[in-house]
Amino acid sequence: MNLADKPQGALSNTQRENVAKPTMFRLEQVGVRYGSTWALQSASLSIGAGERVALVGPNGSGKTTLLRVLNGLIEPSTGTVQRPATTRQTLLFQRPYMLRMTALWNVALGLWLRGARWRDACKQANEALARVGLAAFAQRNARTLSAGQQQRLALARAWVLASDVMLLDEPTASMDPDARLEVETLLGEFTSGHLQTLVFSSHTLGQVRRLASRVICLQDGRIRADLPLQEFLERTASVESKLSFEGELG
Amino acid sequence: MDTIPQATAAALHLFASLDPALLTVVGRSLAVSTSACLLAFGFGVLAGVWLAVSRFSGRGAVLALINTLLALPSVVVGLLVYLLLSRSGPLGFLGWLFSFQAMGLAQTILVVPIVTALTRQAIDDADRVQGEQLASLGATPLMRGLLLAWDERYALLTVLLAAFGRAISEVGAVMIVGGNIEGFTRVMTTAIALETSKGDLPLAIALSIVLLLVVLALNALIAALRSWRERVDGAATQVARVVVA
Repeated sequence: MNLADKPQGALSNTQRENVAKPTMFRLEQVGVRYGSTWALQSASLSIGAGERVALVGPNGSGKTTLLRVLNGLIEPSTGTVQRPATTRQTLLFQRPYMLRMTALWNVALGLWLRGARWRDACKQANEALARVGLAAFAQRNARTLSAGQQQRLALARAWVLASDVMLLDEPTASMDPDARLEVETLLGEFTSGHLQTLVFSSHTLGQVRRLASRVICLQDGRIRADLPLQEFLERTASVESKLSFEGELG
Repeated sequence: MDTIPQATAAALHLFASLDPALLTVVGRSLAVSTSACLLAFGFGVLAGVWLAVSRFSGRGAVLALINTLLALPSVVVGLLVYLLLSRSGPLGFLGWLFSFQAMGLAQTILVVPIVTALTRQAIDDADRVQGEQLASLGATPLMRGLLLAWDERYALLTVLLAAFGRAISEVGAVMIVGGNIEGFTRVMTTAIALETSKGDLPLAIALSIVLLLVVLALNALIAALRSWRERVDGAATQVARVVVA
């Protein structure tokens, strides 16, 4: 049975387990159009609090668009999106953008934007930097840090906001294996303590295995499958499915 | 023709002797243009930031108008300010005509479109790259624009210098609204025009040299800023490349 054969409406075991948890996101027939191109079509799904969802699929399949819809950065062209108004969400980009200021200020900025006093924000930012192993770089221009350090900085920025939902767009795409594992370890730590929801896109099967409990497969802007991790891994035994990971199985 | 070498020698003598007339005109020019540019910078940056991050119907028309105003002839600005400040004009009660303030106002109007358009472009470009990140951190559109303005501060400094270059080198507007009154509203460009028409070339050449030096210094400063920015950002990119490799 091909991944695409899974009917969209069917509930997996993981989804059934999550029925009791509060729903974080509910999408009904969501479509997003850029000009004449549909980046996302007829996407319906529900994500519960505490779920760890991986979005997989080839480039241009709609993963980033789906993350932006979940974060509220774009409104769908069709369909409806329900997001809890009170939750704190953080979106981490494939290449985190740092302002031309110190690492400390970059982390404190998020808190300040949400109403914290600057002095308190800096204090918490220092703690966050220590947590991700960047305390020694607090006064460095954030743009002079390496890609891996910048992604850890972005994680510190997300962690300090105590976000309920972390959305990550291929967070380790430009990193070497060591840096990738460091970031994954931090992500695991940040999301292990409470009902924190994690939704991330990835091309790396190993990363999906390590971080996800549920996998949503996209292709051509459509959700082709929505499976618990174990079921997804069993099905990825087929060569065809592995190819969608562009050979990155580590 | 011995006129040019003789006049140039006389101009150098004016420099060497720190001629009071020369220093006064140069000082007034710098003061008028600096005041005008700082005023225009404050207003133009805010307008540019707002235009970059806001979306409203008619925005395209506003941008087209701003871009058109980039080529605003200085004599037209002079005429407009003259009409505003003349005794029977709407701002005639200020009594600013033929004064330092009138020249400052004219130059401000002249460079505001430059600051606005260039700021809008710089912030728009930065917003395409960083906007979503800042929005996801909770920044409102205006706050996003202001943060991006801070982030692009070196680019905006270049905008300020470009605006200053335009202001200090214009002659039409200050001639009309300042009146080129000796010891009161005479600035470098109007003095050059007057002294040339009178045939007093040494002072005209001396002032031209100062004006050229000012513009040269501005361009050198802009180039140095750009080079420094590229070095800093390039270093960051290089570090990232090494890590990826």
